[in-house]
Amino acid sequence: MHTTLIIEGANCASCVSKIETALTRLESVDEAAMNLAQGTVTVNGTASTETLIQAVDLAGYRARISEASDEDLLSEKEKADEAYYKRLIREMTIALSLGIPLMVYGLFIGEMTVETNTERLAWLLVGLLTLGIMVYAGKHFYLGAWKSLLNHNANMDTLIALGTGTAWLYSMVVVFFPHALPEMARHVYFEATAMIIGLINLGLALEVKARGRTSEAIKRLIGLQPKTARVIRDGEDIDIEIEQVVLDDLVRIRPGEKIPVDGVVREGHTAVDESMLTGEPMPVEKTAGDEVVAGTINKTGSIIFVANRVGKDTALARIIDMVKRAQNSKPPIGRLADVIAGIFVPAVMIIAIVSALVWLNFGPEPTVAFAVVSATTVLIIACPCALGLATPMSVMVGVGKAAEAGVLIRSGEALQTASKITAMILDKTGTITRGQPRVTDIHLTGDHDEERVLGMAAALESGSEHPLAVSIVESANERGVAVEKLEQFKAIAGYGVEGVVAGGSVLFGNEKLMHERNIGIDKAVSIAQNMASEAKTPMYFAVDGKLAAIIAVEDPVKEDSIAAIRRLQHDGIRVVMLTGDNRATASAVADKVGISEFFAEVLPEDKADKVAELQMQGEVVGMTGDGINDAPALALANVGFAIGTGTDVAIESADVTLMRGSLHGLADAIAVSRATLQNIKQNLFGAFIYNVAGIPIAAGILYPFFGLLLSPVIAGAAMAFSSLTVVTNANRLRFFNPQEH
Amino acid sequence: MILVNLAGVLLIALIVWWFWLYKPGEASVADSALLITVADGTYQPSRIKLPENQPVTLTFLRKDPSPCSATVLFPAFDINEELPLNASKTITLPEMQKGEYAFSCQMQMYRGTLIVG
Repeated sequence: MHTTLIIEGANCASCVSKIETALTRLESVDEAAMNLAQGTVTVNGTASTETLIQAVDLAGYRARISEASDEDLLSEKEKADEAYYKRLIREMTIALSLGIPLMVYGLFIGEMTVETNTERLAWLLVGLLTLGIMVYAGKHFYLGAWKSLLNHNANMDTLIALGTGTAWLYSMVVVFFPHALPEMARHVYFEATAMIIGLINLGLALEVKARGRTSEAIKRLIGLQPKTARVIRDGEDIDIEIEQVVLDDLVRIRPGEKIPVDGVVREGHTAVDESMLTGEPMPVEKTAGDEVVAGTINKTGSIIFVANRVGKDTALARIIDMVKRAQNSKPPIGRLADVIAGIFVPAVMIIAIVSALVWLNFGPEPTVAFAVVSATTVLIIACPCALGLATPMSVMVGVGKAAEAGVLIRSGEALQTASKITAMILDKTGTITRGQPRVTDIHLTGDHDEERVLGMAAALESGSEHPLAVSIVESANERGVAVEKLEQFKAIAGYGVEGVVAGGSVLFGNEKLMHERNIGIDKAVSIAQNMASEAKTPMYFAVDGKLAAIIAVEDPVKEDSIAAIRRLQHDGIRVVMLTGDNRATASAVADKVGISEFFAEVLPEDKADKVAELQMQGEVVGMTGDGINDAPALALANVGFAIGTGTDVAIESADVTLMRGSLHGLADAIAVSRATLQNIKQNLFGAFIYNVAGIPIAAGILYPFFGLLLSPVIAGAAMAFSSLTVVTNANRLRFFNPQEH
Repeated sequence: MILVNLAGVLLIALIVWWFWLYKPGEASVADSALLITVADGTYQPSRIKLPENQPVTLTFLRKDPSPCSATVLFPAFDINEELPLNASKTITLPEMQKGEYAFSCQMQMYRGTLIVG
């Protein structure tokens, strides 16, 4: 048995012999050969992979199994689907090549009845031919039906096998014992058996094709992954398979090339097109220290970066995994259909028997023939698949569609709830605004000059990672102000910070903080209010118990926030802004972006309470934030949306991750989820109505009124195309454009 | 005619008993991993007895090309996995409490039950 392992951390010739020796020392290993350039070792022997990995581990290196890539799995799946499709088409052709001539004969040329001995012989031959068709083209139905039966289970195969089997058996009875039946009932239904098998195979074949199209989005994502990478090992550039790139490899990227794995830029400067992952059309500038992500395309410059996530750990691999999982998960709306599908087949079998009994007891002559036709038709027309397919097919396409727009939906349940959102809370900083505030005004109120104030403030804020703090430090750096020495520091959540800078005790924060420390700000309040009315955030800065300055910081609104918020409101969603800022600033920002409701001065830990408050009012609440300090609020909301900054995938507390910073992603997410739910409802409605109307008609409920009884062949066609209709309707979602809504 | 009607009713009773009421035998999980074959419209075995409070690894081998069989769902544990054709796929289940848990394909046509405890 050959096993190939990928070795990490081996980059010298002596490593080769160390690893090879460590492996061949195992009794269950016959041979071990390492390829240093590729970073792989091929082992021949009976040892389990775990043993091999352990042996390499003990030798001081890391090994992992080379797994089949998503692309390999996909192409294998496509090959298997193609082979299955061809088989179904072949079986259909054979079945219909008997069924169609028989049907034409029955309809236009002669009677399909058995009277003379010649007719018996002729029909016996046809019957045997039909049996051949059943064995060749319908084997999978009968085998499936039999195996399920033994397992006390029943599925679509059971219905088809019973339906076609009943028609064939009855016809054979007519051929062998015509006199056991009344003259009018001596009719054969071989054409029905052959036609049904042919039509259902055709339906399945078309369904396989249509299903293939539902996974186009994931195919596109998988296609983003390049196959090779150019790494620098021992000072030389070598091209290796993507699977062989290991952590800390130096990867060289030239203009126009795809980034093969995730990493951090070490050298060079370039612009990278990340639109395929984030939906953000503008290329992103990258320079030393910036992150690059697998699957994105380098535009202009050349860079060398250090691989920090490879294989299944790259953002792209995790996105693919997440989308796949979400595509296969089920929203609650499908549960009823699942329950029905679970008991459906035996129920249909019972209906078929009841229908046959009713015809036998109360029907017109020939009762036996009517009973057989109605029972067969009921069995054939019933379609549990349409019910079972209704939800998953739409979810598959909808989740894929969202992923194309840079929206990652975690599960079918999140998708369904997102479609019902009535109120959306938007965190202000980083969601509506860019989250990169800048100092705009320094209004002095004391004896200190601007430079000194900024120098002290920057010192105080240097320890903090709060965006406002960062803006103060940046402003000081930009103006070349010397930052003073920080001696003590304490953050007071919701108020500000205090500390000791250059021997002076300083306070920096909001009005509440100043009041609490009894610092006179009466004269400054109107200045601060003016600043706030311009959507700036004023902060008071006091030194040794005296107000020294008001520093205003402005966080510019993202260009497209206004349009995106309008889209949400247009969709009938109550949009509410949430911020820790003071009322006046909040009001000014809300005004600017067209939001009439807001919660201001909310402490970080109280954000979740605001979500609960809206929920108490009966709203289905969506909460949008950056997923870092608002995790509890995201988790409590009916649907939590995390705005990613580029490529943070799958933020844990969020049901939906928006890969690009724009709020349009949010409107897209809601539009896609609504369209998907509507599609599911259409499918479920169609599948229910089909079965609810089809089964009684097949049983002959219209016969007493209109003399109408369906032929089993029509039932076969209806059933074959009902599930195809569901898949096709789901595929319509592929053409849905969220931007238009 | 009475006989025919009686036969019909008996048949209905048989269907109800066979598909809904009867509880078939159980297959035990082996020490390491149990192999479940996905073929001809069924999971074999389809009723699997598992120990309580212990994570378990199941291996699925899908031989059925029908696209329905390509996904297996364990709704109680929020697990869904794609099963490659003619290749094995291992699925690790978390620690489970005593009870019965269903697993199925997306369309509920392939059905199985885990019996924990």
